[in-house]
Amino acid sequence: MKAIVIDDSRAIRILLKRILVAQGFEVFEAGDGRQAIDELEKTGCIDLALVDWNMPVMTGYEFIVEIRARAEFAAMSIMMVTTESETSQVQLALDAGANEYIMKPFTDDVLKEKLMLLGLSQD
Amino acid sequence: MAVNGLTEADVVFLRELVLRRSAIVIDESKDYLIETRLEKLARDLNYANLGTLVADVRRDSGTITRQLIEALTTHETLFFRDVRPFDALKREILPPMIAARQASRQLTIWSAACSTGQEIFSVAMLLREQFPEVVNWPVRLYATDISGQVIERAAQGRFQQLEVNRGLPAAMLVKYFERDGVDWKIKDDIRRMVRFEQLNLLHNWPADLRPDIVLLRNVLIYFSVATKKELLTRVRHVLRPGGALMLGSAETTLGIDDSWERAPDSVTPWYRLPRSGP
Ligand SMILES: C[S@@+](CC[C@H](N)C(=O)[O-])C[C@H]1O[C@@H](n2cnc3c(N)ncnc32)[C@H](O)[C@@H]1O
Repeated sequence: MKAIVIDDSRAIRILLKRILVAQGFEVFEAGDGRQAIDELEKTGCIDLALVDWNMPVMTGYEFIVEIRARAEFAAMSIMMVTTESETSQVQLALDAGANEYIMKPFTDDVLKEKLMLLGLSQD
Repeated sequence: MAVNGLTEADVVFLRELVLRRSAIVIDESKDYLIETRLEKLARDLNYANLGTLVADVRRDSGTITRQLIEALTTHETLFFRDVRPFDALKREILPPMIAARQASRQLTIWSAACSTGQEIFSVAMLLREQFPEVVNWPVRLYATDISGQVIERAAQGRFQQLEVNRGLPAAMLVKYFERDGVDWKIKDDIRRMVRFEQLNLLHNWPADLRPDIVLLRNVLIYFSVATKKELLTRVRHVLRPGGALMLGSAETTLGIDDSWERAPDSVTPWYRLPRSGP
C-alpha cells in the first residue's frame, strides 16, 4: 500500500511516516498541497493521503477540493490530520470529500484505528 | 518479581483482594501494573509510599479499597472497537433478529462490561444509522460495569478529544456529538437510548434481564477459566432464543463452554446457541 503525508512540519511528517511504514505502507512526503499534487501526478492514484489543514501555498482543504475534482484520484482515501477541531470544520472537510478526520494531538493508536475504519489496516 | 515498597505478602494480599472483589486475575507477569497504578493512586491520595497505602487497605474495606480496585482495573475501550464485530451486527445479526421481532417489537442489547460507554453508544449510533425503523421500538440498550466511576462518566456521555478520535467515524462525530468546552458530548437522543448501571458480573443479574444480544467483550480475559465458564453458562440461560453473544478478539467460548456454536461464515467470530439441543 502507498500513502502520501502532507504537512508543513517535518516533525509531523516523520511521526506519521514512522507509523505508516510500520503498518506496511510505502510513504511519500509533501510540505504543502501543491507539492502533493505534483508528487501525485508522478505516482498516480495511491491508497491514502494524510493531510494537514493549515499549510503555505495550498491548504489541505484546497488540496481536497482539487483532488476530488479529478476522477483519476477518486479511489484515494483522504484523511485530514489537523488541530482544527470545530464541528463546522470537520463537516467542511467531509463535505469537500475527506473520508476521515483526526484532531491533533493524537496517538499512534488513533491513526491505526482510523486506518482500520478505512479498511487500510493489515490486521 | 517483587513490587517496589511492598512485601511479597502485600502483593499476594492485593492479588487475592482483586480476585475476590472483581474476579480479575492479576498474574505475576503483571506485577509491574500493580506497581505503576498503585504509585499513581498513592500520589493522588497523598500517601508517602505504597506500604502505608496497602496497610490502610488492609484495615478498611470501604472507599480506599474501592479506589484501589478501580486503579488496578483496565478500562481501555474505544468506539467501534475492532470494527468487524459492528459489521457483523449490521449485516449478520441484527437484520434477521429485527425481522423476527416485527410482532413483539422488542429488542434488548446488553453491554456487560461497558467501561466508559463507547461500546454501547457505538451500538446506539449503528441502530440510528442502519435501522431507523427500530428506533421507535422499545429498544433496551443496557450497559453495566463493576466500576461506579466509569458508569458515572458513561451516563454523562461526555468524552475527551482523544476518546472521540479513537475509532469513531468523523461523519458520526459531526452527526451525533456536540462540542462541550474542550470535550465532546453525545447528543441527548442517543444518550437517552441507554440505561447505565453498576453491576458486578459475579453478583446476581436483574431478574428481568433477557437480552437478545450480549456484548461481553474484553473482560473474560481477566478472569480464571472457572469464572469464564460460570459467566458463559449464565449468559446462556438469560439469552433469548435466537440471540447472539459477542466476545473480545482474544476471547472465545471454545474449550470453555462448548454449548455455544460459532456463527459460520461470519466476518468475525460471534456465538449463538444451536436451535435444537444435541
Ligand atoms: C477493558 S474494559 C472493556 C470495555 C468494553 N467492553 C470494550 O471491549 O471495549 C473491561 C471492563 O470490565 C470491567 N470489569 C472488570 N471486572 C468486572 C466484573 N467482575 N463485573 C463487571 N465488570 C467488570 C472493568 O471495570 C472494565 O471497565
